Amino acid sequence: MPQYPNRQFLDFEEPIRNLYEQIEQTKKLASKNPKIDYDSTITQLEGAIVEKRKDITEHLTPWQRVQLSRHPDRPYTLKYINKMTTNFLELFGDRNVKDDKAMIGGFAQLDGHTAMFIGQQKGINTKNRQLRNFGMANPEGYRKALRLMRLAEKFNKPIVTLIDTPGAYPGMEAEERGQGEAIARNIYEMMRLKVPVICVIIGEGASGGALGIGVGDRVLMLENSWYTVISPENCSSILWRSWSMKEKAAEELKLTSDYMSKFKLVDGVVPEPIGGAHWDYDASAENLKKVLIKTIKELEKISPEKRITQRIEKFEKMGQWNEA
Amino acid sequence: MAEKEDKINEGSPIDSGTNSNNAQQDSTEGWFHRLRKGILTSTAEKRDVPEGLWNKCPECGYICTTTELKENVYVCPKCNFHHRISSEDYFDIIFDDHQFKELFGELTSKDILGFTDTKPYSKRIKETEAKTHLKDSMRVATGKVKGNDLIIACMDFAFIGGSLGSVMGEKIARAIDHAIKHKTPFMLISKSGGARMMESAFSLMQMAKTSGKLSQLSDAQVPYISLLTDPTFGGVTASFAMLGDLNIAEPAALIGFAGPRIIKETIRKDLPKGFQQSEFLLDHGFLDFIVDRKELRDKLDQIIILFKG
Repeated sequence: MPQYPNRQFLDFEEPIRNLYEQIEQTKKLASKNPKIDYDSTITQLEGAIVEKRKDITEHLTPWQRVQLSRHPDRPYTLKYINKMTTNFLELFGDRNVKDDKAMIGGFAQLDGHTAMFIGQQKGINTKNRQLRNFGMANPEGYRKALRLMRLAEKFNKPIVTLIDTPGAYPGMEAEERGQGEAIARNIYEMMRLKVPVICVIIGEGASGGALGIGVGDRVLMLENSWYTVISPENCSSILWRSWSMKEKAAEELKLTSDYMSKFKLVDGVVPEPIGGAHWDYDASAENLKKVLIKTIKELEKISPEKRITQRIEKFEKMGQWNEA
Repeated sequence: MAEKEDKINEGSPIDSGTNSNNAQQDSTEGWFHRLRKGILTSTAEKRDVPEGLWNKCPECGYICTTTELKENVYVCPKCNFHHRISSEDYFDIIFDDHQFKELFGELTSKDILGFTDTKPYSKRIKETEAKTHLKDSMRVATGKVKGNDLIIACMDFAFIGGSLGSVMGEKIARAIDHAIKHKTPFMLISKSGGARMMESAFSLMQMAKTSGKLSQLSDAQVPYISLLTDPTFGGVTASFAMLGDLNIAEPAALIGFAGPRIIKETIRKDLPKGFQQSEFLLDHGFLDFIVDRKELRDKLDQIIILFKG
């Protein structure tokens, strides 16, 4: 993760920035006055940072979790792949229209076993964000994902999808090439894949854009990710006809991992380092890696037919209604 | 995403007035001679009669009686504009002798999350039920088309923009089970703004739920006809509506994933004429064909025979 002063802070993380500044000032003082021992002050301040991170974590509002899921320093798909796996071979293109840079994928080895990794990729700087289209895939992105899933299925390799998208791209060409059909096709085909499929929401899980690579035997969420049918901003804009109700929308939508797990709409939550995944990339990746290895092993014990039946039945149970 | 319900009846026919014929006859006699003095019609009747009598086409401005429009299956006799109609109208148009049996009508929406926007979702449900006399945005019915069985799941746009929630998902699931059990072809008529936000992720998961059920229907080799009508958007397009063995649409229906307004805001350009209309989708290869509502029954008959034979 970036070190101070390259670190970026959200509004509610500002107290931490202040602590970092205090450390810097103390260090300066220390260099000017070599006879005085400032080490204990620095240790104290570093301790205060950890305390503040804990404090923030304990009092996160749903909207703040949404902010964390979009933290500019948050690890993205390729970061996880690089940290968790060896031998990553990135594959490109949907064999039809083009290569979608917002959707990446390829074979890699997890704990020595080959698996297919697929996910939306966000950019890490302004130029890169444009190249990655802010993690908003076009139809060819979904079709590329499906091509790679088929490839994995053919060679009996498990599939891991890492979801991080503010939504499928709402562009003119996306409509011409059938954004709706592409997502629908993926949902349908993923339901029937013969190999184990694990989906993890690592950041933003917005709507059909997320579900387009989100049908699996196990669907997991990172602690500070969100997953629902619409972004809080767009929800606010449609239901309240104003952009100003996004915090309220985030609360009403109950889009955080704790709620999603409680509703049994996801199968589990992967913990993040205190204060969020951006504080420690290695620990974040290690947490996820452990869960993935364990889950793949569990799923491989089940026959493909049974896995598919269980997958369909799991989604079939979702929903609540009244019946007179 | 689901638009708010105040847009709902835009361009749809006003309730068919049953009193219209009587009113006309009376008026011709009493045209020159006032037979009796005073206003004799009660206030209630007065309100009813003019509402159901005439209909103006929002496309070409052609004015015709509602009876005439109904006889023409709510298609403008002049410009072929297809009015937005209800599930009741579709069942009435498609099934033999207007005979059908509704299934799973006992399912109603539930406020799972305690969702409140400008009003609580629970209140919104009750108000919409009272206003529309519908229980949710989808109804399922079985009946016959020229002697062959068909099961239809049809959306009602009047119910919170035809939005996809748990009830719609469950009704589709049960309709598919019914179709598999009876080996009856399944037809789904879409007319929806997309997902129902008030059910949040529960709504989203209906896309997965219904797609899983469709894969079972596919394994059972039961035909699935998806009819897309104006408008079909969002999560509906991005799941079952686009997964038909046959994807067909009514003329000039707006169909897409993202709504035109959102696309316009994203690309900051005006959209070309005809963008996201059925003909556009057909040109881009996403529909099998476009069907005029007047020919829908014949087409369905042909499809059923072809799959059967």
